[in-house]
Amino acid sequence: MNFISLENVVFSYTDDENVKCEKNAVDGVSLDIKKGEFVALLGHNGCGKSTIAKHLNAMLLPDSGRVLIDGDDTSDEEKTYDIRKKVGLVLQNPDNQLVASIVEEDVAFGPENLGIPPQEIRERVDYALKAVGMYEYREHAPFKLSGGQKQRVAIAGILAMLPECIVLDEPTAMLDPNGRDEVLSTLLNLNKEKNITVVLITHYMDEAVLADRVVVMDSGKILTQGTPDKVFSQVELLKKHRLDVPQSTELANKLRGCGVKIDKMPLDTEACVKMLEEVLK
Amino acid sequence: MSSVLELKNLSFVYGQKTPFEKRAVDNVSLSIEKGEFIGIIGHTGSGKSTLVQMLNGLIQPTEGQVLLDGEDIWQNSKEIRKVRFKVGMVFQYPEYQLFEETVYKDIAFGPTNMGKTEQEIDMAVRKAAEFTDLKPELLQKSPFDLSGGEKRRAAIAGVIAMDPEVLVLDEPTAGLDPMGRDVLLSQIVQYHKKRKNTILLVSHSMEDIARVADRIIVMNESHLVMFDKTREVFSHGRELEKIGLRVPQITKIMLELKEKGYDVPDGILTVDEAFSAVSSLLKKEGKIW
Amino acid sequence: MVRDVAFGQYFPGKSLIHKLDPRAKILLLIGFLVIIFCTFNYFSLLLVILFTALMIFSSGVPAKFYFKSLKVIIFILVITSVLNLFYGTGEPIWQWGIIKLTVNGINRAVFVTIRIICLILASSCLTFTTSPTELTDAIERLMKPLNKIHFPVHEIAMMMSLALRFVPTLLEETDKIMSAQKARGADMDSGNIIKRVKALMPVLIPLFVSAFRRAYEIATAMECRCYRGGSGRTKMKSIHMSKRDAFSFIALAAIICGVILCNIFIPAVI
Repeated sequence: MNFISLENVVFSYTDDENVKCEKNAVDGVSLDIKKGEFVALLGHNGCGKSTIAKHLNAMLLPDSGRVLIDGDDTSDEEKTYDIRKKVGLVLQNPDNQLVASIVEEDVAFGPENLGIPPQEIRERVDYALKAVGMYEYREHAPFKLSGGQKQRVAIAGILAMLPECIVLDEPTAMLDPNGRDEVLSTLLNLNKEKNITVVLITHYMDEAVLADRVVVMDSGKILTQGTPDKVFSQVELLKKHRLDVPQSTELANKLRGCGVKIDKMPLDTEACVKMLEEVLK
Repeated sequence: MSSVLELKNLSFVYGQKTPFEKRAVDNVSLSIEKGEFIGIIGHTGSGKSTLVQMLNGLIQPTEGQVLLDGEDIWQNSKEIRKVRFKVGMVFQYPEYQLFEETVYKDIAFGPTNMGKTEQEIDMAVRKAAEFTDLKPELLQKSPFDLSGGEKRRAAIAGVIAMDPEVLVLDEPTAGLDPMGRDVLLSQIVQYHKKRKNTILLVSHSMEDIARVADRIIVMNESHLVMFDKTREVFSHGRELEKIGLRVPQITKIMLELKEKGYDVPDGILTVDEAFSAVSSLLKKEGKIW
Repeated sequence: MVRDVAFGQYFPGKSLIHKLDPRAKILLLIGFLVIIFCTFNYFSLLLVILFTALMIFSSGVPAKFYFKSLKVIIFILVITSVLNLFYGTGEPIWQWGIIKLTVNGINRAVFVTIRIICLILASSCLTFTTSPTELTDAIERLMKPLNKIHFPVHEIAMMMSLALRFVPTLLEETDKIMSAQKARGADMDSGNIIKRVKALMPVLIPLFVSAFRRAYEIATAMECRCYRGGSGRTKMKSIHMSKRDAFSFIALAAIICGVILCNIFIPAVI
């Protein structure tokens, strides 16, 4: 069964005078995500991907169409907090989602809101901090951590609510390469080890290739979707929409263009070296 | 060619004589020629931010000298503001410094501080707006009403408007999407071509650095570890990896190919270069024509 | 740099004072502050000094941080003690024009200085050993009776803890914005008052804009984490009074008695 199901979702923002914008931020998107899937949502700023993210935990409700989370309609007000417990949302700026002055107290914030008994909160906080590899930092002040560490604490804060799915809205946009690696390996680990559904919104192609499925958005619509190698084989389409492709894929595409036979698009360095070796053999 | 910036045994120590003492920059000497495009790389905490802030006198070195056009910038510390007009500095996320009522006034902030006449200021603002591709009608808008990318460009224009001899950009493309990064980087390259001044670009994106830099400064743990031509630096892929840096993906692919015994050149920087190297090998073997 | 302020920083630890119930700590501090200002002779002053020293010692926080917290107020300290020095009553022991020095004046200066120092040290002891969350939690509980008159106790406590959380972040941001404006030639270190206030605008405006943006984002993040006000919330660290707290109250009571006795039997000097 689908864990998340978007059915022809349309949404437009309202301006200061409470008038709906003419242009839809999300313009008829249908998308199903299964339990345990790792989905990357790719696209430019303003393509509607962040708006989708906020639909997944009932922060926004569709103008038309509907969003089902584990069978519950997000527009059902009684289910709002159930849905937010099941689908945790991690935002871009790690600084602005840590609310307490001590790491472990921040992670406890979610479970505290849910009214969990103190002893169980303690267990959940320890579990969550260990899962993201930040347990040793539990008594530190957030502002002294690096960007990658802060973002991992933010993920732990969501994890402590024991969600079934984590949605991340450009979690790495403000991080340096090491911070990005930390966050991504944490996500992969949560997805594989703890079977948590991950929806990663990003504009970095090299992050998207790690996903089971890539969904590319443009102007509020889904442009294309499929496994990473399938999506990134469409080099011309992606370039036309000014999305870049990994350099390995670009090279393979050029070689294909002059008649070299390449079976599978190489998405990372290793695969590309292998492909070149085969071609040159 | 003459050197525009020269660093002599430059060091900076944070919190000197306290338990938190930390040497952020340690004995860096180098010289940068007029008109060069320099890339600066190093992971977070390597000292690169401190280094660039010493170039325009925002941080006073603990030891050593910064020579701008042959003169020590701290010779007369009362005149340090004049140095900041000659060495422009764009910080990370510069859009957070916008404050004026209109974009025009904000860009004019620097030139006004320089004490220019109204006419000169007007010229400077319009030129800077043109360089950063801000449409004239945007100039009368509030900077807070611009889109993310426009805000970024307006903030950069605010520094370009001072017409600096040296322009330092600290991760100007951070947080932008691929298209925004691409556009902004090309604009900086265009500006460099037209203005022919010296540019120092700090970036985590090796692909960006490979595309634009003539030479690269590599910082690690407060030390200058490499300062050489871009191709030269990136052909030391393994050494860079050791200090936690990477090379552009395409450079790495070709490096590994070479290590496996294939005859490809060192320090390949772009996909096009890689493509021509591979296709010439293929041609040699008669696999393509 | 603005970041070097030690006052209001928390140092995690397991000392006796760390383990006290934060509510007890707040009440003890209030009691102690009152008693500090009830010292009128050197014996009671000595008692207060000893008690302060005991607090510092048993907090397990290195003394240098306490000194750092004093550094911030050194200016106020000097001004008030100098003013008191020359405003004494009684026979002058030294006079120069209208400036005269009296025994009473010297006593006053000493008392004011030591009282303020003890006040700062005792308050630092509280903030050094109590995390902001514990602190606001304690305030929330202490003020709970006010809920009956519809005073928004939880909301105020939450606002305080958020404010404490974001002080260092905003200070860092101030630093950054100042550097950025200086790089554009902003002159913040010269000129008269009006010029200096004007020169602050390029820093204050971006700072406010960013604080509002942050506030909006924090609100979103809190909603995402199922925050819906104080009702139905639990706490990970539940606080409860223990024997330790009883002992600390007895210690405070002892010092109060000591000071009162001193005041009864020994004549006041100010």
